[in-house]
Amino acid sequence: MQKIYGSAAEALEGVLFDGMLIAAGGFGLCGIPELLIAAIRDAGTKELTVASNNAGVDDFGLGLLLQTKQVKKMMSSYVGENAEFMRQYLSGELELEFNPQGTLAERMRAGGCGIPGFYTKTGVGTQIAEGKEVKSWNGQDYILEEGIFADLSIVKAWKADDTGNLVFRKTARNFNPPAAMCGKICIVEVEEIVPRGSIDPDHIHLPGIYVHRIIQGEHEKRIEQRTTRKKEEA
Amino acid sequence: MPWDRNQMAARAAQELEDGMYVNLGIGIPTLVANYVGDKDITLQSENGMLGMGPFPFEGEEDPDLINAGKQTITELSRTSYFDSAMSFGMIRGGKIAAAILGAMEVAENGDLANWMIPGKLVKGMGGAMDLVAGVGKVIVVMDHTNKAGESKVLKECTLPLTGKGVVDRIITNLGVLDVVEGGLKIVECAEGVTEDELRAATRATLV
Repeated sequence: MQKIYGSAAEALEGVLFDGMLIAAGGFGLCGIPELLIAAIRDAGTKELTVASNNAGVDDFGLGLLLQTKQVKKMMSSYVGENAEFMRQYLSGELELEFNPQGTLAERMRAGGCGIPGFYTKTGVGTQIAEGKEVKSWNGQDYILEEGIFADLSIVKAWKADDTGNLVFRKTARNFNPPAAMCGKICIVEVEEIVPRGSIDPDHIHLPGIYVHRIIQGEHEKRIEQRTTRKKEEA
Repeated sequence: MPWDRNQMAARAAQELEDGMYVNLGIGIPTLVANYVGDKDITLQSENGMLGMGPFPFEGEEDPDLINAGKQTITELSRTSYFDSAMSFGMIRGGKIAAAILGAMEVAENGDLANWMIPGKLVKGMGGAMDLVAGVGKVIVVMDHTNKAGESKVLKECTLPLTGKGVVDRIITNLGVLDVVEGGLKIVECAEGVTEDELRAATRATLV
């Protein structure tokens, strides 16, 4: 099966529909599927629900889909870096479901593993627990959280072979594997497509079974907070 | 004289023992890394890294290598990378020995509030709820009072909780308090701060 597509727009053909649930990889601006996000903006798909740890910044990442008001609802753990997000949220234009970061990651992982719900002690006794089933084991309360089953996963990896075996790079891995796992269709953008057999099978981070479509492209990879030390300090 | 930010961080570093895997929050907790000395401490960054190194030299920043505060950092020879589900698996699973984090309010029963102020901008809890629920020991480092001079150590939190009954130890500019049965116990006072001063600045039951 041919998984490699010529562009983000081609890879998204026949996949997008209004009101769909998209799971996106990335943490802050690190490891985000920036090409696919831009292509979804260009496609104009509306009423999106997006499960993503963050919402990008005003002019990059998922912030692009907020600018065009294509997003109806975000499922995120932290949205602090995005003024347009705040404006839309406070004016009631945008729904926001806060998920503790580990709960969001596990909800994606669980969805990808066919697990519709799991119990966690994260958030017990807080607002997050409101309306959720509570169960007790050995005197500790746990709340029921649901797996995420997305219509589409958009992820960023470093390298892929043509069968979709993926390698991520450093902390750009973050939410990408669980996001990839939980979608009916998973589209991956990579910096490099390498020949089959050139990745040591023991070094594959996510096997190609999770990956349906692959594109290669140039990535801006914007840095959100550039922090450095001076050579003299060493 | 109460402790300053660096002295608080240095005091918090004394809580860390050789061989510990530790998660440090943003702000004063980040400074704790400067005071671990010869102790063999592995820092976790919850976006998917164990063995966090210092900031990179100018010109060596890598957009694929950031900490949970989205700052550029470096790796060490011991570093490992993993995805967010595994990262919070080790947090929720109790593999991380301690988390040192800031707070807006702490109550005498160990309740912690540090993620939102209703009516003000809401940014989100990030990984804080998972950390306080999962790690072995939760150590709060914060100023004892807010900008209005009111105690942040309270009988009950007034802000939405990050975790219920999760805090073990509080390190403030005035001293160190432990959450124990029935209230808070004074462990030590900052240099030059008397026990009476610490008591007077605290709006919680001291046992």
